[in-house]
Order: sequence, then C-alpha cells, then structure tokens
Amino acid sequence: MMPLLTTKGLSRNFGGLRAVDGVDFALMPGEIRAVIGPNGAGKTTFVSLVSGRIQPSSGMIVFDGADITNLPAYARVRLGIAYTFQITSVFANLTAYDNVALPVQRTLTDGRSKGAVHAGVMAALERTGLADRAHMPAGQLSYGHQRLLEVAMGLALKPRLLILDEPTQGLADSEIDNFIGLVREIAKSATVLLIEHNMPVVMQLADRITVFNAGKILAEGTPEQVRANAEVQAAYLGTTP
Amino acid sequence: MKEVSPAKAYALHLGVIALLFALSFVLPEYHHGLLARIMVLAVFAMGYNMLFGYVGLLSLGHAMFFSAGLYGAGLAVIHLGWSVPAAFAAGLACGALLALIIGVLALRTSGVAFMIVTMMFAQVFYLIILYFASWTGGDQGLVVPQSARVLVLGSTSLGLTNPTVRYMSALALFSIVLLVTLAVVRSRYGRVLVAIRENEERTKMLGYDTFSNKLAAVVVSGTICAASGAAYALLFGYVGSTFASVQYSILPLLWVLLGGAATTLGPLIGTLFMYYVVDITSGYTSAYLLIVGIALILLVLFFPKGILGTIRQRWLGWLP
Repeated sequence: MMPLLTTKGLSRNFGGLRAVDGVDFALMPGEIRAVIGPNGAGKTTFVSLVSGRIQPSSGMIVFDGADITNLPAYARVRLGIAYTFQITSVFANLTAYDNVALPVQRTLTDGRSKGAVHAGVMAALERTGLADRAHMPAGQLSYGHQRLLEVAMGLALKPRLLILDEPTQGLADSEIDNFIGLVREIAKSATVLLIEHNMPVVMQLADRITVFNAGKILAEGTPEQVRANAEVQAAYLGTTP
Repeated sequence: MKEVSPAKAYALHLGVIALLFALSFVLPEYHHGLLARIMVLAVFAMGYNMLFGYVGLLSLGHAMFFSAGLYGAGLAVIHLGWSVPAAFAAGLACGALLALIIGVLALRTSGVAFMIVTMMFAQVFYLIILYFASWTGGDQGLVVPQSARVLVLGSTSLGLTNPTVRYMSALALFSIVLLVTLAVVRSRYGRVLVAIRENEERTKMLGYDTFSNKLAAVVVSGTICAASGAAYALLFGYVGSTFASVQYSILPLLWVLLGGAATTLGPLIGTLFMYYVVDITSGYTSAYLLIVGIALILLVLFFPKGILGTIRQRWLGWLP
C-alpha cells in the first residue's frame, strides 16, 4: 500500500537552530499516528511544515503521490490536509455555527443549496456534541467546548489527513474520555496525525508512535515497541536512577 | 448572528429607502439638495465600509477610487462628449481597474504598512491629476456643462440638474448599493470576509485563498466608491482635485466610524450626522469645528462602536 504522506529529508532552520532536521517520515492511510517528544523536539514545526503554515528550508513533502512542497497552505487544505491549532484559535466573535459553516461551505461543490450548508454544519456540531450551543459566540464557550469546536471545524473540512496538535491540552478527564471516542470515530474515515503529551491518551489511541528528539526521529513503532525502547526512555521518559 | 430572520433585516432596509423616498416630497429645497448629496457620499462610505468594516483593512487612499469615478465620468463627458450612462460606466470601469491594480500591489502589505501604501498611491493619483492640468483642470477643477447632464431614456430626457431627478437618481444609486451590500454581507462570501478580519491565518487553514478574497473585496469596494464619484460628477456637475486629496480619504473613515463599522446602515447615518452637525453648528458660530470636535469626542465616549454599532451591541443584536 502506498503511504498517504511521506517526507524526505525535511528540514527547517530558525536562524542557527535546526528545529526539524532531515526527517524521513511515512504515514499509511487509515492509521492513527501519534507524534511525541520532549518540549522543543520539533513536533509542532514538523506538522506546520506538513500543513504548509511554514515553508521548509529543504526536503520534500509528498501527499497521496503528489509533491506538495511548494503548495500554499490553503491549497493543501483543499487536497484534504486539515490542521487544528494547538492554541485554540476559533473565531471568537462568530457563533459556533458560523465557525463551522466556514469550512462546510468551502467543501461544498454544489454552492447553491442553502440546506446543504445547514445540514453539514449541524452534522459536524452533533458529532462533537455542540449542536445545542450552535448560536453561542465561540468566545463564550468553555475551553473544552472551544477545543471541540476546533475539531468540528477540522471535521467539517472532510479531511483525508487530520492533524491534531495537542488536542487534549487543558481538557478535564471526563472530556478526555469523550475525546478519545471521537478520535476513534474520525479515524474510520480519515488518517489522524496526533501530537500529544498525555501518555495514556497516546497509548490508547495510536496505532503507531513516532518519537521526535532535537528535530530528528528518534524511534518509531507500535506503542509497546516504543515503550520498551531504551533510547526513548532515556530521552523522553527519563533515565532510571 | 446570521440565522436570525432575514425578513426583518430586509424590511428595515426597504423601510429606510421608502422613508428617503417620502422625504423627497416634504423636505424644503435646501435640505432636499443636501440630502441628495449625502446619499451620494453615503455610497462612498458604504464602499469604504465594505473593506474597512467587513474585511478589517484600513485604507487611507480611498479618495483615489472616488476620484477615479469622478474624473472617469466627468472627463468622458467633457472631452469625449459621452452620454450620461456611458460616462457613468466609464467611471465605474476606471474605479474597478484602479482598485484591481492597487489591490494587487497594496495587499502585499497589511496593517500600518497597508495604510501607508494606500495613502501614497492616493497621493500619486492626486499629483497626477494636478500634473495633467490641461486635461483635468488642475486644482481649479472642471465644470460638467449643464447641457451634457441629460439622461435620455427612450423619448424622454431627464435633466440631472432638476432637483427631483437629481434626488431620485441619488436615491436609486443609494438603494442599489445598500441592497447589494446587504446581500453581500449576508452571503457566504461575506462570512469569509468577516473570518479574514477576525483571524486571517485561521481562515487560510480552512482552505481559503485569503489574498484572492481580499483582492475581490478591494475591487468591490473601489467600484462602489467610483460609482459614488461618477454620480457626484454627473449630478452635481463639478470635477475637482480636492476630492482626490487626503481629506477625502479620511472622511469616509470618519463617517463609517461614526455610523458604525460593519453595519450596513452605519455609513448613511455617519454621513448624515456629520453633515448636519457641521450644517447646524456653522449657522451659529464661525468656530463650528470646535463644536464638531466636542460632538465627536462625546460620540467616541458613549458610542465607541459608532452609533449603529453600539445600538446593535446593546439592544438590537439582529442588525446586519
């Protein structure tokens, strides 16, 4: 099977810092892949390169067989790469409905039917449990609900690859359980690339885990393999005294 | 915000248009003429509001779009002897083309740089008008001859110097632009423009080409401002470089801020308010600008989002 996403020698320098350093990465369709690593390992920079928010210094990115290295971010979104922000960045002054209507109306090829937007918006809001809050300004939603709205916006793009950047950050434990269920459901129709610090979430969700350290991939494998990897333990989980 | 009864919003706008229509028959001559002028300039403000209010792009150069319409229409009549409709179309075309060129260049910047770049282009436009004085009349300006300001419709010809024809022409233009603005801001495109204003980076990550959307908004805004300028030249018969000066870039900003940015009726209210404050106070004292200044300060204190913007925020959330 052909990978959905591959990167070859992908690098990004910020001044003298090599935030992402020659990363070769492959992601199979339908997978839930977690990306972990200590702070400053280059995880967010890596997914920002994939989503097109920043340009690489060198290397290439291939999505579904096509070189997308030079495509602007919006064009990549149209190919099916959706990115949900680490720092919640919903449109605070617009209602939850309008927030989701923006991605829905863009994905509709049939631009005429008013009902289609409404149906699409409500479907995405219902999947994330926000339907009864549709007409609240997004800025007035609780933090947890704003995170869910962020996911609803990602879902509404009907992505083939959904990148979730620390989605459970700041969520309560009960919300995290719901969230795990939601990601599993999303994974039925999309490939998920997940940056996450919460280890129980990673271990429950991920089919495979990629460990970043100092801009490079340190290890990759199933949760069990990564857990047993001595290098990972040293770099990330801490050395045993 | 968007899903609330559209009928109510359209009823309000049609009501305003009906009121302006009725006023034509009751207003004394002086106010009749003043209101016609205000309606034309409110179109200028509405064009400005499209970009400033909805997309959040603060331009300090919109005088160039107004005067592109003004000179485009005026010079076509004076030098080429074009008919009124053709001249109006020429004004629109000049404004649209200029907006497209300026948009492509100025949208490479944002924020303060965008303000400065648009202001510089407007200044260049102003100086070009002065430089080609043999064509444009320089700082004296040109008068569009009365004989040319006749709108021929089939067998009837309407003189645009006639107060009623002038008022109704101004009202027609105002109504069309008002309803177009309302339709645009309620549309999906309007939703994208507001999204760009609120968070451009996020809008890109929803798959929108924000540059193209902003460019389209600049062209729509510039064309509406040019329509106002072209109507001004044809209805009031004067084409002058003052309209290209920086003052006329600041005025629409002031009108929009007063009336309420990102409200459809705010530009009319702001223009109306400003004209009447000046008109009334200058009747009492030569130091009227002092009173105008105080009025503006009070307004900023008590209506920080403009008259209509604050009303919407506090009482009438459904206002478009």
